[in-house]
Amino acid sequence: MYSTRYHKPATIDDALAALGAGDEAKVLAGGQTLLATMKQHLAAPSDLVDIRAIDGMSGVTVQDNILTIGAATTHAEVATNADVRQHCGALGQLAGGIGDPAVRHQGTIGGSIANNDPAADYPAAMLALGATIITNSREIAADAFFQGLFTTALDENEIITAIRIPCPAKAAYAKFNQPASRFALVGVFVAKTDMGARVAVTGAGEDGVFRHAALEAALSADWSESAAAKVAISADGLMSDIHASAAYRANLIGVMAKRAVAAS
Amino acid sequence: MKSEKAAKRREVREDQMTNVTMTVNGKSVSRNVPDETLLSEFLREELRLTGTHVGCDTSQCGACTVHVNGKSVKSCTTLAVALDGAEVTTIEGVANGELHPMQVAFNDNHGLQCGFCTPGMIMAGIDMVNRYKASGQELTADAIRHELEGNICRCTGYHNIVKSIQDAAAKM
Ligand SMILES: Cc1cc2nc3c(=O)[nH]c(=O)nc-3n(C[C@H](O)[C@H](O)[C@H](O)COP(=O)(O)OP(=O)(O)OC[C@H]3O[C@@H](n4cnc5c(N)ncnc54)[C@H](O)[C@@H]3O)c2cc1C
Ligand code: FES
Ligand code: FES
Repeated sequence: MYSTRYHKPATIDDALAALGAGDEAKVLAGGQTLLATMKQHLAAPSDLVDIRAIDGMSGVTVQDNILTIGAATTHAEVATNADVRQHCGALGQLAGGIGDPAVRHQGTIGGSIANNDPAADYPAAMLALGATIITNSREIAADAFFQGLFTTALDENEIITAIRIPCPAKAAYAKFNQPASRFALVGVFVAKTDMGARVAVTGAGEDGVFRHAALEAALSADWSESAAAKVAISADGLMSDIHASAAYRANLIGVMAKRAVAAS
Repeated sequence: MKSEKAAKRREVREDQMTNVTMTVNGKSVSRNVPDETLLSEFLREELRLTGTHVGCDTSQCGACTVHVNGKSVKSCTTLAVALDGAEVTTIEGVANGELHPMQVAFNDNHGLQCGFCTPGMIMAGIDMVNRYKASGQELTADAIRHELEGNICRCTGYHNIVKSIQDAAAKM
């Protein structure tokens, strides 16, 4: 690994100062993606600014049917949190299915969202639940946040501090694991919300996570497995790689959507 | 140009070292190490605790699993300098005069062959039993297989590892 300089600020202001001072500084959260990237020499940050010691960066609160989750809250904490379980069980179940126990003890929701891996689980939940990403300087709707493979609306040195999620009437996540990596080959998150049915798909899109308009229309009219089953899923814009063709992924979207509705 | 860069790197070297103090297997240790030092390197090269194995160095195999503040983590994917004040337990620290029940169970159930993955298996095993006990859930054979997702063994076929963890869970 290339050499780097480590910082552990206690406040957002100190974190922003450290990010601004380094010539190629990067935020460090759980490190479960970033450290691997550094080892492969795909990233060589001059400075690492660890945000985990900043007051208020982790933990879950619920008020007026809205969950607020600190950016540095680990996958294991989300998976076992009583408020998450009660108000948005699907999110807890999703978090408990990320990677393995050791990864879940360190990886964070903010890190996963900032990374926006096209096969990551959390981005699908954020889109389907109509979440709001809160940063040190502004609030960004999930619909505007995810902008393509590993690309988000975050500016350089902008820090996600929390995620706000309106609790859905019903929701579920169905993930078909890629057998080797256990990332989603296709994952579908369905949510019955005040804004109607919302359906987001991860693992399949050429441009990363996306909302599925046809499934949303069908489920808004009739929240049922059979309604989901009647939707013809196009393979246009879906990924083809050694793991699965676009047509195979299209079929899996339909299957996972049905499973998710059945589980909701 | 290149040597200028190297000179600059040497210049900043001093402030790319951090003095870190943590408790490892109950003993306080302090070292001044480069900031990019991984916990696996810190344990093996600074403390000579070579029971923690590095199988893949890419977060896949789990051979390097240790406990940080009571939770399993992959030490190859953790920065040592981030752990100032932390409590770390490695395979060398689980026996308390006598072997830990998880170690006994791996022995009794033939839960290892070459033994390379075993430190990680034992640390992951202890962690999962502790978590399931704390939440009052039953640790079934299925659950153990699921919990072992991040630990790879190239010898045993997992069957005896699952049996070992089940056996230990009944005795912990
Ligand atoms: C073996 C393994 C299996 C995995 N399986 C899955 C899986 O099944 N599904 C899945 O979704 N993921 C999976 N992951 C990825 C895992 O969820 C990571 O934890 C996550 O992608 C990154 O979170 P982190 O906290 O570790 O972030 P880091 O690695 O610390 O950072 C990742 C990136 O996000 C940036 N960043 C982090 N926090 C913030 C913030 N608050 N504000 C702004 N930028 C920030 C960093 O600068 C960096 O660019 C797996 C990882 C491993 C090692
Ligand atoms: S050496 Fe750390 S997971 Fe393989
Ligand atoms: S016993 Fe040889 S790798 Fe597991």
